[in-house]
Amino acid sequence: MNLDWLEKLDRRWLFLIVGVLTMGPLLKPIGVPLGSSKPVQQFKAAIDALPEHSIVLMSCDYDPGGKPEMVPPTRTAFRQLMEKHCRVVITCLWTGGSGLVDETIESTANELRAKGMDVVYGRDYVDLGYKAGYEAVMVLMGKGIANAFPQDQRANRTASLPLMRDVRDYSSFALLVNISAGYPGTKEWVQQVNSRFHLPMVSACTAVSAPEFYPYLQSGQLKGLLGGMAGAAEYEKLRGEKGAATRGMDAQSFSHVFIALCIVMGNVVQWTKRKVPR
Amino acid sequence: MKRELPLLITAVIGLFMLLSFYVPHHIVSVPADYLQQCAVIVVAFGYVLGGANALTVNLSAIARRQPDWPYKVVLVATLVFTVAIGLKEGRHWQDERTISMFLYNQVYSSMQGTMFALLAFFIASAAFRAFRVRTLEAGLLAAAALIVMLGRVPIGDQMTAWLPAPLRLGAVQDWIMNVPQNAAKRAILMGAALGVMATGLRVILGIERSYLGGGD
Amino acid sequence: MSLSHDFGVWVAALLTLFVFSFLYKDNPLYKLAEHLFVGVSAGYYIVLNFWTVVVPNLYDPLVRAFTGHDPVTHEVVANAGGPFAGSVGDYRAWLLFPGLLGVLLFTRLAPRVDWMSRWSLAVIIGVYAGLKTTGFAQGDLVAQAQASLQPLWGHDLWTSVNAILFTVGLLTSLLFFFYSREHKGTLGILARTGIVFLMVSFGAGYGYTVMSRLSLLIGRFQFLLEDWLGMK
Repeated sequence: MNLDWLEKLDRRWLFLIVGVLTMGPLLKPIGVPLGSSKPVQQFKAAIDALPEHSIVLMSCDYDPGGKPEMVPPTRTAFRQLMEKHCRVVITCLWTGGSGLVDETIESTANELRAKGMDVVYGRDYVDLGYKAGYEAVMVLMGKGIANAFPQDQRANRTASLPLMRDVRDYSSFALLVNISAGYPGTKEWVQQVNSRFHLPMVSACTAVSAPEFYPYLQSGQLKGLLGGMAGAAEYEKLRGEKGAATRGMDAQSFSHVFIALCIVMGNVVQWTKRKVPR
Repeated sequence: MKRELPLLITAVIGLFMLLSFYVPHHIVSVPADYLQQCAVIVVAFGYVLGGANALTVNLSAIARRQPDWPYKVVLVATLVFTVAIGLKEGRHWQDERTISMFLYNQVYSSMQGTMFALLAFFIASAAFRAFRVRTLEAGLLAAAALIVMLGRVPIGDQMTAWLPAPLRLGAVQDWIMNVPQNAAKRAILMGAALGVMATGLRVILGIERSYLGGGD
Repeated sequence: MSLSHDFGVWVAALLTLFVFSFLYKDNPLYKLAEHLFVGVSAGYYIVLNFWTVVVPNLYDPLVRAFTGHDPVTHEVVANAGGPFAGSVGDYRAWLLFPGLLGVLLFTRLAPRVDWMSRWSLAVIIGVYAGLKTTGFAQGDLVAQAQASLQPLWGHDLWTSVNAILFTVGLLTSLLFFFYSREHKGTLGILARTGIVFLMVSFGAGYGYTVMSRLSLLIGRFQFLLEDWLGMK
C-alpha cells in the first residue's frame, strides 16, 4: 500500500482537520457522558469539609494564556466557597493575571448576587491583586498578609477591609485553593507554604503540570487535584453545573482521537516505507 | 571588589535565608522578612527594567533600519502609549472602564490566549511527522501516551464500554497515573530536589558564579 | 447567530484572526498583531509592577516614614521612634536600601557601569537560593521520601501489588540517575527497569500536554463562536 502521499501531506491540511474537529462539537454538542476521577472528588470534598464561615486563601496563579483551563475551576471553586459562606482572600502571583482573575471573580460574584445571594466585596471576599516576587511573596505572607499586600486590587488599603481584620497570616486560613498554570504555582506553594506553615491545600492546575503533582497528592501534601479542562469539567459535573469546561469536552474528545490517529498513521507510513524494497 | 562584594552579599543573605527556615527567633526572622520584602521590590524593578530594555533594543533596531523595522515602530508606539495611559490613570488604573483595562482585555488577553492556542495545531503536526516508534522504549512511551490521551477524555470510556470496568481506558489511565507514572515522577522530583539543593549551596558558597556575567 | 455589538469584542476577535492567519503562512497581519502584543505586554508589565509593588510597597511607606502623612488620604500617621524605627512589616526608611538596589538594576543598560547591578542581583540570588534550597529539601525530598515508606503487604492483593510495583519503580528510576558507576551488570538491569517506568511517565506527560494545548484552542474557539458570533 503506497502511503507516500500521506508523508508529503501539507501540514496545513492537518491544521484544517484539527480546526474542524474542535469547532464542530462546539457548534453541535453531542454530550458524551462525563465521569469523575478520585483526585477531583477529593478536591471537592476538601472544600465540602470546611466549617462554614472559614477563611480560605485562593491564589489564582495564571494569566490569559491558561484561561480555558483555569477560569472554569476558579468560578466553580468560588461558587462552592460562597455557598458554604466561606470568606475568600484572593491573590495572584502571575504578572498579567490579576486583571483576568479580578474579572472572573467579580463576574462570578455578580452571578451569585443575581441569584439572590448576599455577596459583598470587602466582607465576603477580597482580591489582593498581584505581587511580584514569586516564592519571596509566599514566605513574606507568612509574617503578615497585609505586609505583603498593603493595598488590594482596587487600591483600597488592605487593613481597612472588614474581612482583613480577621486575617493575620497563614494561621488565619483553613485551606489554600491554588489555581495554577505553572511557575510560580502549586509546586512553590507546596514547598514554601505547605511545608513551612502546614496550610492544607488543594490544586487546580493545567494538564501540562498535573502529572508532576500526583506525588504530592499521594503524599498528602495536596488534599485534591484538578488537572486541566477535563478535571474542571468533572468538577462542574460533581457540582451539578454546566460551564465552559463541560461544553468543551466533546471537542476535546474528538481532537484527542485525531491526535492518536496521527501518531498511529505517522508510524504506519514509516513502517510501510521501510518494508518497500529498494 | 566588583565580583567579590556581590559574592559576599549572596553568601551572607543566602545563609541567612537557610537559617530562617530552622530558627524562629526574631533575631533571624525579622531580617529574613525584611530581605524578602527587598527581593519583592527589586524583582518589580526588574520587570520595569525588562520593559525599558525592550524599548532600547527596538529603538536601536529602528535607528539602524533593521528588517521589519516598521513593525518595531508599532511595538515602541504601543509600549509608550500603554505606559503613558497606565501612569496617567493613577492608582485606579485597573478599574472596570479604563483604557488600560481595554488594552488588557481586548489586546493583551485575547492575543496571549491565541498565541498559546496555535500550539494545538503544531502538536498535531508533530504527532504525525515526528513521533516515531523505533525502539521498545519509544513504544512504551507511545502506548502510555495513547492510553492516557484517550482515557482522560469521556470518549475513552465510551470506546471501551464493552470491556469490564477495571479494563476500560479510564481505569487503566487512572492506574498508570497513580502507580508507574507516580513512581517515576517521584524519582524525578527527588533527584531534581537533590540537584537544586546542590546548586543552591554552590551559589551561596560562591562556587557557582555564572549569574555575575562576564567582564571584571 | 447574533454578532456582538461590543467594539472591544470585535477588536479582540480581529486580532485573534490575525494571529490564526499564521497557520496559513507568515504574513503582515500576523506580524502587526505580534508586535502590537509585545508592545502592550511590555507596557502593561511596567505599569503593573509600578502601581502594585513600587508604589504601595516602597513609595507609600517611605512617604509615611519621612512626612508622617499617608500619601493617599493625607491623614497623620503614627511614626513613633522616627523614620528608622522599623518593625516587622513596617520597615519605614529601611526601604531606601531596596529602592536603591532597584535603581541600580538600571545600570545594566549602560555597559561602563553595569557592574553595579551585580549588587542587586546578588541580593535576589541570595534570597532565592536560600528559599529554594530549603523548599526543595523539605517539600520535594523529605516529604516525598517519607511518603514513599508505605506498607508493602497487609492489605488486599491488588493494593500490595501496586505498592510493590510503586516501590520498585521509584527505586529503579532513582538508580537510573545514578551516574557514578557505569550501568552494567545488576545496576544495568535495574537502570533499564527504571527506564521502563520513566518512559511510561513521559508518555503520560505527553498525553496530558496534548490535552492542555487542545484546551487552549477550544477556549479561543469558544470566544469566537460564543462571544463574537453569538452562537451559543
